[in-house]
Amino acid sequence: MSDRKHEDLPMPEDLPLVELSGVSKFYGNIKALEDISLTVHPGRITCVLGDNGAGKSTLIKIVSGLHQHDAGTFRIQGEETRLGSPREALDRGIATVYQDLAVVPLMPVWRNFFLGSEPTVGWGPLRRMDVRTMRRTTRSELLRMGIDLRDVDQPIGTLSGGERQSVAIARAVHFGAKVLVLDEPTAALGVKQSGVVLKYVAAARDAGLGVVLITHNPHHAHLVGDRFVLLKRGTMAGSYEKAELELDELVRQMAGGSELEELSHELRR
Amino acid sequence: MTVTTGPGNTGGTEEGSGARQPGGPSGTAPAPSAGSEAERPAHRPLPVRLLRRPELGAVVGAVALFVFFSLIADSFLRTSSLSTVLYFSSTIGIMAVPVALLMIGGEFDLSTGVMVTSSALVSSMFSYQMTANTWVGVGVSLLVTLAIGFFNGFMLTRTKLPSFIITLATFLMLTGLNLGLTKLISGTVATKSISDMEGFDSARAVFASSVTIGGAHLQITVLWWLLLVAVATWILLRTRAGNWIFAVGGGVDAARAVGVPVARTKIGLYLGVAFAAWISGQHLLFNYDTVQSSEGVGNELIYIAAAVIGGCLLTGGYGSAIGAAVGALIFGMANKGIVYAQWNPDWFKFFLGAMLLLATLLNAWIRKRAEATR
Repeated sequence: MSDRKHEDLPMPEDLPLVELSGVSKFYGNIKALEDISLTVHPGRITCVLGDNGAGKSTLIKIVSGLHQHDAGTFRIQGEETRLGSPREALDRGIATVYQDLAVVPLMPVWRNFFLGSEPTVGWGPLRRMDVRTMRRTTRSELLRMGIDLRDVDQPIGTLSGGERQSVAIARAVHFGAKVLVLDEPTAALGVKQSGVVLKYVAAARDAGLGVVLITHNPHHAHLVGDRFVLLKRGTMAGSYEKAELELDELVRQMAGGSELEELSHELRR
Repeated sequence: MTVTTGPGNTGGTEEGSGARQPGGPSGTAPAPSAGSEAERPAHRPLPVRLLRRPELGAVVGAVALFVFFSLIADSFLRTSSLSTVLYFSSTIGIMAVPVALLMIGGEFDLSTGVMVTSSALVSSMFSYQMTANTWVGVGVSLLVTLAIGFFNGFMLTRTKLPSFIITLATFLMLTGLNLGLTKLISGTVATKSISDMEGFDSARAVFASSVTIGGAHLQITVLWWLLLVAVATWILLRTRAGNWIFAVGGGVDAARAVGVPVARTKIGLYLGVAFAAWISGQHLLFNYDTVQSSEGVGNELIYIAAAVIGGCLLTGGYGSAIGAAVGALIFGMANKGIVYAQWNPDWFKFFLGAMLLLATLLNAWIRKRAEATR
């Protein structure tokens, strides 16, 4: 299971793990995404920011294999690709952690951790899950990420939102993902919990993963991001390196920029 | 439980990259944390673990019912009475177990009751009309019944309609087919007796025989029942497929996102139900030689009720095969216990309804307790 790591070949430093260029997506006549470009490098965090309906979730679905793009190119380590399923994305090293549906709440933590990639022992009709290894590995992998669970048998739904996100991130790291796609990991969380999750995001980055962080919180993005892609109504409103962009400017852009100024005029008494 | 953050985070860098060595995580993982692991019990104390079992409510109910009927009905504890109870329970239990698995997988099947009858009819009429060995009819019946199960699962995963609608349609269609085809082929509403046909005796030995152990008649359906419970429990708790069943019932989108084959799992569950319907159908046929084509209507709800009494959640993702078996046992004890207590059996259904309500409330209460004591 864990052998699916990137010990393959030393990659040239500048070859991105994932590269989208000019990607578009249509739902019937409706343009959901138009001409989006994005690169993800190992050990770097690319933040995708945008308001509701800006196309963030469509973008994530293309990268994670749930939908296919209609135009443009999608390269994984330089090779042009069209992903058919989430399983295929996982096999190519792209793991996605969704905001609400990262885990199955009623299932124990250890069953969730290995869901879809359960190690087995035995043969034929006696082929069974290696429950001991699964329990032990879950505990130690979570501990490695700094999550100390008393009991891996408790239903994962009894953990807090931030802990559940963290377990999902730890799972992706354990299974050797090269690219980690995070869909609004801090959206439903309080300040402290958000901080916890962002630390795990940074830990994943330090472990050499390329991270795509989808968010509408410019403060969280600016804390950890190396690169920022701004979406607006399905198109790219800008793409910046961290050095090019101050937090104030990012906040202003995200808050609606000139639209907000107009609004403040309207609301003035 | 606590989340430790702080200084460990920068250290996590090296550890994290260490984890990416081939074979690293599974082989050497416990080493750095061995100290802290030893201080803490690996498992929760026994009472807490028991409280977490989905079948606990059903077991408590079954024991209570057993004691109750032992006290008020003198003949209840006789071996002959108990073997009758076990036999009746097994005819429900054979179906309740795969129905429970299906419900854990988040789906319903309303066609199970008539599917059993269809299976028996196909077997009987094929053998009779083709004057073939009864085993040929049994084999054809298996294929047809599995095809019905596959149809349910395939339609469900393709159309994405609720399983309630799909299997309600199958239920109605099968009810009509059972009656219509039987009349068309046999001329009456029942099939002709096949008891003088070749292979009948050996097929009866497999599906409808009984052994006598110490004065008690043990029907072979009880063995089928126990076998199904054992296999279903093994699948559910120890195989990858079991993990997927819990996952597709408890969070289908999350399951799909991590690569669980959702459609295959659900179709497999419907095939399991069909297989059990085939066993039940063959028992029906070889126990009585003929089959009434209108039989089975309403039984689907009994199977679902047994699964629910056994701790299965209607919304999926939670339950057990053992619980469903105990649920069937409760049905058997109530049904026969009323007779042994010499009550008017007209009250049986009322009794069952009240018990279903009680069991569901008890299960909900236990689950809440179990989550509070973590």
